[in-house]
Amino acid sequence: MKIAVCVKRVVEMDARFKIAADGAAVDETGMKYAMSDFDEWAVEVALQLKEKRGQGEVAVISLGPDAVQETIRKALAMGADRGVQLKVDRVPFDSLAIARALAAELRGGGYDLILFGKLAVDSSNGMTGPMVAELLGLPCVTAATKLDLQNGRGTAERALEGAVEVVEFPVPAVVTVDQGLVTQARYPALKGIMAAKKKPLEVKPAQLGEVRVTVTKMELPPERAPGRIIGEGAAAVPELVRLLQTEAKVL
Amino acid sequence: MANVFAFAESRGGELRRVALEAVTAARTLADAFGGEVHAMVLGAPGIGRASAEQLGRHGADVVLVVEHDRLAQYNPEAAAAAAAERIRGGGYRAAVFSASAQGQDLAPRVAAKLGAGIASDVTSLSVAGDAIVARHPVNTGKVTATVRVTGTPAVVTVRQGAITAAERPKAGRVEAVAPVADPGASRVVVTGVREGSKGKLDLGEAPVIVSGGRGLKAAENFRLVEELADAFGNAAVGATRAVTDDGWRPHSDQIGQTGRLVSPNLYVAVGISGAIQHLAGMRTSKTIVAINKDKDAPIFKVADYGIVGDVFDVVPALTAAVREARKRG
Repeated sequence: MKIAVCVKRVVEMDARFKIAADGAAVDETGMKYAMSDFDEWAVEVALQLKEKRGQGEVAVISLGPDAVQETIRKALAMGADRGVQLKVDRVPFDSLAIARALAAELRGGGYDLILFGKLAVDSSNGMTGPMVAELLGLPCVTAATKLDLQNGRGTAERALEGAVEVVEFPVPAVVTVDQGLVTQARYPALKGIMAAKKKPLEVKPAQLGEVRVTVTKMELPPERAPGRIIGEGAAAVPELVRLLQTEAKVL
Repeated sequence: MANVFAFAESRGGELRRVALEAVTAARTLADAFGGEVHAMVLGAPGIGRASAEQLGRHGADVVLVVEHDRLAQYNPEAAAAAAAERIRGGGYRAAVFSASAQGQDLAPRVAAKLGAGIASDVTSLSVAGDAIVARHPVNTGKVTATVRVTGTPAVVTVRQGAITAAERPKAGRVEAVAPVADPGASRVVVTGVREGSKGKLDLGEAPVIVSGGRGLKAAENFRLVEELADAFGNAAVGATRAVTDDGWRPHSDQIGQTGRLVSPNLYVAVGISGAIQHLAGMRTSKTIVAINKDKDAPIFKVADYGIVGDVFDVVPALTAAVREARKRG
């Protein structure tokens, strides 16, 4: 089974964000980076599928500047077999442009399954996976919380608002991974980290095409007023109820 | 003059509230362009009759009805083909979808078919010269991006609850549209939908959310959270990632960076310390209440009203007081 996983390098979300001088980006000075959570789970899903079958190949693809090689190496250290960097100085905000570049790399690759995270936790769009499927003419299931593959058929579940949808589809297919499919990605072992250094990592130019979606401004939402403690124990409940009724007016 | 397309989402033969939000958002754009709103609804035969009046009342000049037995459930490939074909042929300036589980699945397929730019999960939108400009929360809601989409058509998905559905009566003239391809030939097939318990509010729609964390000590103690939610009468139950990872609650209940991002009128955090991963999912709630035994817990930094104390004492007292207040109110 040949699996491709598309991953994104993102700034770590527990940071205190500042806006860059141009007002249209986050100031990344001193920021730390990680693989987007959902993408890490997608890598984990791919590795588990390969292990279950006892054979296969997991390729990891990331679009971005040379720094994404670190993200690819992490996936290789987790156990993926090879990596591809689609090189571009700056990742555009245009999901379709990204999808075009990924589709150009994936087309003709003979993959049985192409996995994405449900969304990248920085740009929070969740569009690229289904767009790639469309560009490649492949069936697609988004935000899967369960996945079962057997004899060229797949069954998946998706969380809807207040319900669960059960979906059947043929492979090859594109699936985007939501939490629940796995809950934790493995940590690379030292042996994996050493092995990753010797695994192939190709660098190719990204074929983005026309970019139609841009960010013109980034801003921080208004700060919350500092919290206050109104009392201790059950004795504080009457005061809380009074405040919810008269001040917050939510009761 | 330019018309705007809206996708009116349905489930089980009924329009969803987000369908009316999408039509309202499309109406705003159409008014700016001096054009019409054409709302498309797909479903089993009868869906047009069941929904046209509502769509017209919320601002649809035309209701495009695609009926077929194999559209009774969401049929992603048939829906994408029908929407893309109509948007391409109809010369629409923009197409509006909901940023729901269905809309986030459908809109990117349509945009890719059309080669169109897309702004996803937007909280507001407007027209600026030859572009559509939208606001979109990024970095788990810690930053707001203003996104500019050029080219025609532009596709947008609107965050649930961000735009309030408003009545703007228009003709709602029904136009039957044939499916583009055989809806029975779709490769991706929805074989079932398991509805949550009847009457249970979704986290994205509930005005009040009561959420529990590890401070509850055991899965069975979530009963306290459920009883408090029940006392409010309009509340949904959420949980932290620690709790869903431990299997106390399903993953679909998780609020946080990798779960649901919510902003109810009232958020009650029970036994939740306030890890950054959790705060990312609920910090935009209008009013936050926290109950925790550790007075230094980070949740108290964002809580409008905090009570330091044992959840096993405070929560039952609060449940009784809320019941009493609602009875009197």
